[in-house]
Amino acid sequence: MNVFFYIAGAVAIISTIMAITGRNAIHSLLFLILSLLAVSVVFYLLQAPFIAALEVIIYAGAIMVLFIFVTMMLNIGLEKQTEKKWIRPGMWILPSILAAVLLADLVFALRGAGAISISGQIVEPKQVGISLFSTYLLAVEIAAILLLAGVIGAYHLGSQKKKVTHRFLEKK
Amino acid sequence: MLTVPVQIQILLAGILFFLGLIGLLVRRNIIFMLMSVEIMFNSAGLVFIIAGTHWMQPDGQVMFIFILAVAAVEVSIGLALILQLYHHFKTLDTDAINKLKDKR
Repeated sequence: MNVFFYIAGAVAIISTIMAITGRNAIHSLLFLILSLLAVSVVFYLLQAPFIAALEVIIYAGAIMVLFIFVTMMLNIGLEKQTEKKWIRPGMWILPSILAAVLLADLVFALRGAGAISISGQIVEPKQVGISLFSTYLLAVEIAAILLLAGVIGAYHLGSQKKKVTHRFLEKK
Repeated sequence: MLTVPVQIQILLAGILFFLGLIGLLVRRNIIFMLMSVEIMFNSAGLVFIIAGTHWMQPDGQVMFIFILAVAAVEVSIGLALILQLYHHFKTLDTDAINKLKDKR
């Protein structure tokens, strides 16, 4: 089992690196979907099969497809020259070093915790559902209101408004 | 039966989070920035699942479902904003949209 975890983790890390360094938006999105699938394998190994299914269905299946639709709708191929000019080594080395310092901090903090490994019992999806609709009932309703706000906001932002411009400001 | 230490698992989530952070800081294309935010959401959810499995409590998975809902809302609003942005400025470069006034 352990070797599957390491393989899935390596696939996730490599495909994420490819996703954030790519030039073509569609290729990066496909690498990101691969990364999400690898993370869902990790979820399965962590004995959360329900969450692994949700990751594939919602994250890789719905959210990323939305990304791909928008990218295809805007018809973005290779990026324009502006970003190529921006991404010089001087631009990305400092943020990367600062993020690496934070990562080293995390490694140092984890090193002192001693070796613990996951114990055998499994959390059933039934327990998750019972907890979701008893302890976290208020949070579920707040999430429902948030989704409603998302639907209304996306509808409002997505609708094409008639442009109102004063005739003196109109471009020739 | 997975016997990988919890530290290694959290390290995987940490590496994914920092890759997302680097992407958010470095990239200037707004679609890539939104993708980096998604990577960070996902790695935060991974930490929740690891902790929930470790303590054998369902709370971690419940939190992951909430993260999923928040990520879905964030992506739909963000993509609608990107569409509006592209209609106005004809570019996805965030450096081109730093002005409130019209371009002369």
